[in-house]
Amino acid sequence: MTAAFVAPEIAWAQLTPVLLVLGAGVIGVLVEAFAPQRVRRPVQLALSLAATAAAIVAVAALWSGVRETGGTVVLDGSIILDGPALVLQGMLALLGLVAFLVIADRTESGEDAFAPSASAVPGSDYEEVARRKGLEQTEVYPLVLFALGGMMIFPAAGDLLTLFVALEVLSLPLYLLSGMARRRRLLSQEASMKYFLLGAFASAFFLFGAALLYGFAGSVRLADIAVATTTVVGMDGLLLAGLVLVLVGLLFKVGAVPFHSWTPDVYQGAPTPITGFMAACTKLAAFGAMLRIVYVVLPPLEWDLMPLLLGVTVITMVVGTVVAIVQTDIKRMLAYSSIAHAGFILVGVVALTQSGISSVLFYLLAYGLATIGAFAIVSLVREVNAGPGGAVVAEATHLSQWSGLGQRHPVLAGAFTLFLLSFAGIPLTAGFAGKFAVFAAAIDGGLAWLVVVGVVASAAAVFFYVRLIVLMFFTDPIGTAGESTTVVRSEGLTTVAIGLGVLGTIALGVFPSPLLDVLADAAVFIP
Amino acid sequence: MLTSALVSLPTATVGEAAIPATGVFTVAWLLVALPLLGAAVLLLGGRRTDRWGHWLGVLASGSAFLVGAVLMVATLSAPAAERVQDLHLFDWITAGSFELAAGLRIDPLSLSFVMLVTFVGTLIHVYSVSYMEHDASRRRFFAYLNLFVAAMLLLVLADSYVLLFVGWEGVGLASYLLIGFWNHSMPNAVAAKKAFVANRVGDLGLLVAIMILFGAFGATDFETVFSLAGGANEGLLTAAGLMLLLAACGKSAQFPLQAWLGDAMAGPTPVSALIHAATMVTAGVYLVVRSAPVYAGAPNALLVVAIIGAITLLFGAIVGCAKDDIKKTLAASTMSQIGYMMLAAGLGPIGYAFAIFHLVTHGFFKAGMFLGAGSVMHGMHDEVDMRRFGELRKYMKITWITFAAGWLAILGLPPFSGFWSKDKIIETAFATADGQGWQPWVFGTVALVGAGITAFYMSRLYFMTFHGTRRWTGTEGAPAAGQHAQNPHESPALMIWPMIILAVGSIALGGLLAIGDGFVHWLEPVVGHTEHHDPVLPIPVIMGATILLVLAGGFLAWRQYAASPVAVVPPRGSVLTRAARRDLYQDEVNEGLLMRPGQYLTRSLVYGDRQVVDGAATGLARLVASSGEVLRKLQNGYVRSYASTMVAGIVVLVAVVLAFRI
Amino acid sequence: MSNPYVPILVLMGVAAVLALGGVGASAIIGPKRYNRAKLEGYECGIDPTPHAVGGGRFPIKYYLVAMTFIIFDIEVVFMYPWAVAFGELALFGVVAMMTFLVLITVPFVYEWRRGGFEWD
Repeated sequence: MTAAFVAPEIAWAQLTPVLLVLGAGVIGVLVEAFAPQRVRRPVQLALSLAATAAAIVAVAALWSGVRETGGTVVLDGSIILDGPALVLQGMLALLGLVAFLVIADRTESGEDAFAPSASAVPGSDYEEVARRKGLEQTEVYPLVLFALGGMMIFPAAGDLLTLFVALEVLSLPLYLLSGMARRRRLLSQEASMKYFLLGAFASAFFLFGAALLYGFAGSVRLADIAVATTTVVGMDGLLLAGLVLVLVGLLFKVGAVPFHSWTPDVYQGAPTPITGFMAACTKLAAFGAMLRIVYVVLPPLEWDLMPLLLGVTVITMVVGTVVAIVQTDIKRMLAYSSIAHAGFILVGVVALTQSGISSVLFYLLAYGLATIGAFAIVSLVREVNAGPGGAVVAEATHLSQWSGLGQRHPVLAGAFTLFLLSFAGIPLTAGFAGKFAVFAAAIDGGLAWLVVVGVVASAAAVFFYVRLIVLMFFTDPIGTAGESTTVVRSEGLTTVAIGLGVLGTIALGVFPSPLLDVLADAAVFIP
Repeated sequence: MLTSALVSLPTATVGEAAIPATGVFTVAWLLVALPLLGAAVLLLGGRRTDRWGHWLGVLASGSAFLVGAVLMVATLSAPAAERVQDLHLFDWITAGSFELAAGLRIDPLSLSFVMLVTFVGTLIHVYSVSYMEHDASRRRFFAYLNLFVAAMLLLVLADSYVLLFVGWEGVGLASYLLIGFWNHSMPNAVAAKKAFVANRVGDLGLLVAIMILFGAFGATDFETVFSLAGGANEGLLTAAGLMLLLAACGKSAQFPLQAWLGDAMAGPTPVSALIHAATMVTAGVYLVVRSAPVYAGAPNALLVVAIIGAITLLFGAIVGCAKDDIKKTLAASTMSQIGYMMLAAGLGPIGYAFAIFHLVTHGFFKAGMFLGAGSVMHGMHDEVDMRRFGELRKYMKITWITFAAGWLAILGLPPFSGFWSKDKIIETAFATADGQGWQPWVFGTVALVGAGITAFYMSRLYFMTFHGTRRWTGTEGAPAAGQHAQNPHESPALMIWPMIILAVGSIALGGLLAIGDGFVHWLEPVVGHTEHHDPVLPIPVIMGATILLVLAGGFLAWRQYAASPVAVVPPRGSVLTRAARRDLYQDEVNEGLLMRPGQYLTRSLVYGDRQVVDGAATGLARLVASSGEVLRKLQNGYVRSYASTMVAGIVVLVAVVLAFRI
Repeated sequence: MSNPYVPILVLMGVAAVLALGGVGASAIIGPKRYNRAKLEGYECGIDPTPHAVGGGRFPIKYYLVAMTFIIFDIEVVFMYPWAVAFGELALFGVVAMMTFLVLITVPFVYEWRRGGFEWD
């Protein structure tokens, strides 16, 4: 302990996107503390939208600098703001902004998607009183902001400790948010519990892996570990086991098989706007971090770890697709579809080429836009209680309840169809461009056989997307038309979010080249 | 017939290389853009466009025809070597070292389709103005029609398989929308669904084919693929060829994916005429002919194409003999005629041109007959059962005459259109490329017999409808219970004129195009020039036998359905008749072979996921560590099994990694 | 030179001996005079409810207080090493620790304002 302490240089400018979002989260907590109940929601919503918009502006402002220098090492290597990190932060802020629109919408029923008082016992008198008083749990906004902040740090984290802290910062609010659904409280709380327990389990593995890697390299910095892989001899067991465990932590977050079991339950139970946010943004952040580890640390170990990643990729695609085919609940179906997509994205990750990075980034944006849009639509399709003038209640998530929707609400069903086609990878949608880019990258990387598996899986996946389209447009509604299922009118915010999703999906499908070019420029990790 | 004055190219190199489009050809994008614009205006304009929307639709289609005609003239005035042009539109997707550009290919093949689609399409637009007059959502109908025209033109003009796929999906979409146009009735919705599913199977084939080609050549544009296909290995090309064939089967209702076409007749009749007779269903033939360079290296795939064509040819003809629904009979006939085209395409370079030739003439006479059937239905209160027609020639003179022109054309009697194209196919079937072995005899005989059966069932349709005794209840007699009084009358002028124009085409087009083998030479820049192969039988014998069989079939039909009374209630019929009425049990076969095992497979997989995986994981976890036990006490069962799955996964992963290390 | 991890191993051994030895020694040599109060579960000063084992509930406020305690506990844990190295860290250390304290205070303020410390 003789070395004198030197205060680190902190490049504050490079941290602005993250600081804006997290700072807004802190202010959001203070708003909860001091603002009267009536003004909380508008203030929180304005704050959240402003923060995410400002983060997008900050990313844009940093853009040219990163393009010139290739990136900056901040906080002594804890944070590395290079091309992919900045791109992901921008995408996260954008998708976060869209997600906030869906989260905030109270629809014509005047009730948002969250429990009026999340700590109340489901079905208790207290809960009913809270509902009747019109209470709102506006803590949702700072919680989402914190999660978003953690996600934005995640792909930029330059050492395993920062990575772990970011992992927890993004996870803990999500555990909480999952349990806050207004309807089907027990399902929601069960989802929250499962997510928390399994998430903690995965975090423990991640931490254990990080410890092993520290034992191997004597440093938690990814750059040092990368150097050590070629210089340190005789401790391969530590290195490999450590890397596998760290990857497992990330694979859990993206929902890759066999670490996917939480996905359907949590996606089903969580409030639908949160499901959309979580499905889009968590995947973005976790794949960002995975790209960094795979591209910075993995290359010397390609022969050791490739079989593992390839195996996970293949079974993720296959299991996601096959099990999705037999789902009868729309949220579970979308959950399995997201598992399958994790597999498709992994195809780009394992390509280990520069185009692999840019194609994965593109795919993530395309997938994220369609996912938030699709879940936004799910949040509007509701069940109606039996009897005349029955109350509009929970979301109609059983697939049969969606039959004939296209005949009664052609625009909404049309938008949903577009998202499904994008998931399915039909040309002229963003999903197709993404799949094309990812598969092209894999062929570039000499993995033609993997692409064949991917194509077959995505062709099979088309089946369950198309089945839903057929159901919406070509099947008559069960029972008397409109009796059991209805569509609530949005306050306007969700409509905007769906519109943005549609626009983005079409624009990126027809003219993906500009964005792909930009991403290709940015797709270089600095150690 | 073909003189070999021209220097013959080796059959392996097919067609001319493309040159960049210049001059007037740069406006080719208008072909797609105009109908698309029409569809967009009609769909987005909403009710405001109700009053003039249908005319906008006609205008959009008509102007596309004019653009096509200009391109046609320009191409005709260019030397043969410069007739294949590629128009680059924009860079679509650039990913790494791969580039996918969107562009159009203007060549004699695509232009033939452009002319067929826009000309027949415009006529059918005009016809629909009157036919759909009383439909509240006529505007929407025209929007879909325009959408279809745009997608179909994109399909044939695309310069890469991916862009072709966009058009392919587009025509599929338009087809579903139009089949299910009257989707308030259950059977129509079911029919739309069936078409949807059958087409998906086909689309899967196209997707896989694209990926095979992409994987092998690193590109999907025709220019690159075709130039590299010559040097590719045969297995790969065979796989690609078979997958393309699967796609063609789905779209063109070929065996074993033909079941949807009959049900698709639920759509409005103009739709049946345009989409399910003249244009969309022939897209499969286009795909095969377009992919000629791929098939050039895959003779086995080509043979399968021919076999599928031959099977469908007979299949459709047999089904056609038993149907009493006028539109379903025509649908069966379409299936059978496309079988002829497939057979011709499957014969390789010597057949490609004839396949397209028959496709064009068929487009005219079949569309004409469908419009005629529509006119009959229009006059007969939407009755489609031929057993309730009869003697209509006295009440609908123009419909009768125009229909007769189509009937004579499909029979293949000289000098009507069908003769020139169909007879060529039969001749070519008797003369496969090597002229040896069983193939010429089998294919030739099938084509010959098919012509006889075609004559029988088309004459049956014609006589039952227009001749014989009247079997409908008119204004004089009180209608039977549940039946409308039928008062057959001629259709309005807007419906008549398209029929007359198509009838003229049915009579004269074939002969015109056959002058000096004009059409065949026109297509040479695309499909290549080939030596004529002598059939195994002398040509006059084949021609004579064909005409004889056709006359015999026609006579049989006349004796049974015109000269003798027809029962209003269908007789029970023989086993074959009953089987044919039910499409030779195709639905049952599909269900038994595809649907049930599929359902069983997916069900058992779920079962496996719930029982086997969880069970194994739990068991493994117990063995691995007591951690499983601890977790079991802490959590409910589900989380336990999830966590165990994770532990098992991690253990396997670590073991795999370490095993690979050793 | 032996393996650098050996001292850690030794430390772990000593810790295990101390922990187990303490419990074991008191079990063996300690006097065993039980009364009712000694046999009851210790619940941070709250009277054990009769059916606490199978589904008994504690007031949620109890957890709030406990969590607040943990937060301050950890805050103090961070402050010890900071205080030791205070001179060396200088202004940077002061600013960093003050930021940390402010951030810790924010949820505390929230809890206070929303009535988290009112027992009834």
